[in-house]
Amino acid sequence: MRHLLSAGDLNVDSACLILDTAAQLASVTDRTVKKFPTLRGRTVVNLFFEDSTRTRISFEIAAKRLSADVINFAAKGSSVSKGESLKDTALTLEAMGADAVVIRHGSSGAPHRLATAGWIQGSVVNAGDGTHEHPTQALLDAFTIRHHLRDGTGDLSGVRVAIVGDILHSRVARSNVLLLRTLGAHVTVVAPPTLMPYGVSQWPCAVSYDLDEVLPHVDAVMMLRVQSERMHAAYFPSVNEYSRRYGLNALRMGLLPPHAIVLHPGPMNRGMEISADVADGERAVMVEQVANGVSIRMAVLYLLLGGMTDDGKKEI
Amino acid sequence: MDSARSVVLDAGDIGRAIRRIAHEVVERNKGAADLILLGIPTRGVFLARRIAAAIELIEGDAVAVGAIDVTLYRDDLRLRPARALEPTAIPTGGIDDKVVVLIDDVLFSGRTVRSALDALNDIGRPRAVQLAALVDRGHRELPIRADYVGKNLPTALAEKVRVRLLEFDDFDEVTIEGGAS
Repeated sequence: MRHLLSAGDLNVDSACLILDTAAQLASVTDRTVKKFPTLRGRTVVNLFFEDSTRTRISFEIAAKRLSADVINFAAKGSSVSKGESLKDTALTLEAMGADAVVIRHGSSGAPHRLATAGWIQGSVVNAGDGTHEHPTQALLDAFTIRHHLRDGTGDLSGVRVAIVGDILHSRVARSNVLLLRTLGAHVTVVAPPTLMPYGVSQWPCAVSYDLDEVLPHVDAVMMLRVQSERMHAAYFPSVNEYSRRYGLNALRMGLLPPHAIVLHPGPMNRGMEISADVADGERAVMVEQVANGVSIRMAVLYLLLGGMTDDGKKEI
Repeated sequence: MDSARSVVLDAGDIGRAIRRIAHEVVERNKGAADLILLGIPTRGVFLARRIAAAIELIEGDAVAVGAIDVTLYRDDLRLRPARALEPTAIPTGGIDDKVVVLIDDVLFSGRTVRSALDALNDIGRPRAVQLAALVDRGHRELPIRADYVGKNLPTALAEKVRVRLLEFDDFDEVTIEGGAS
């Protein structure tokens, strides 16, 4: 594999290879020197056309822990705000010798365009494109679930996961459905009908509109942020009503089996999709998700850049 | 290619070599205190456990054993597709001021050991580092020498030395294969 564009491109073996590699790399956190020399002399460009804190920093730390040089390119305050096209930006980066481009873009499919148009030679990693995919988030979620429910090894066969909230605008949901399915988990997406994407019945998952009915039968529940910035219409009557029907609060926590964990990709809207006491509760694993994100991104960068660079010969 | 294949060490020979290495390690370090045996995956880890068990029989006290994966420190990463990583397990307490014995199955170019020394450098500062190998087949490409050797095996470059261990391959055996042109 040369690029990581979609969670759907991964099969069980390549997904487990990334998770296993991340598990080994996680040990670096306990060491005095938190760095490996593996990608010394390689350049990783973080090309972010959309705002992001945790994903960009996570990729930056991951690349630096592998000794790569990191260049952060934010669209705001760059030539992009002067009207430069994706192509010209890509050609500029190629001329500067980027070995990998980590891209976040508001348009679905931008990473795919970047990877296949022949503008750049390096690897492309999708760090979130529009409402399409966010594969490294799905990988770190799977890693976190596997750590808690499967002792950190193997696949996720038999694990039941509910993904709740703004499925329509969520790239995290799509990537998670694809990856969790590949790993053998059973996924149910839960949302009000207005926040279900068109064609969700074709997704490899179950669909429900009733959170209370789903909660007793899952091992992990993933709450999604309601993405107000992408909402240009009224998708639900009020925050209160959304929160009452689809928010995770202490009362609903009682419906979950005792071993179940709560995930959230962040940033959280406390009081909307998740109540503060649940977010701070001991079954919430948000802080672990962030830590695991660094290990997952190290694994992805290592597997994409660590081996042979000859075109077409490189394989995950 | 499968022209010549000869068994160099059988199960009994391997057992005797491991016991001798265990005795030499204890003799040279005047006991097993402050000793940490670190195997290099895959088979070095099993050899490290066997040597540790042999030392425990001699000295009566358990010896710290671990594993050190050197993949991320290799100098030939770009010559092959990205490789899966193996576990690194450093005994609790770390390696600072301890005597670390690195253990590998075959000592060849010395590049793996060089990687292991770099890896150790990032983990801590041992008082001394020693090297044990079940087989030393020569053809060093770096100024590296083993302190404990199971068997010195003169080989041609084209020959392949294969170590098989019970824990991983279902039987104990060291063979030389191929090479005869």
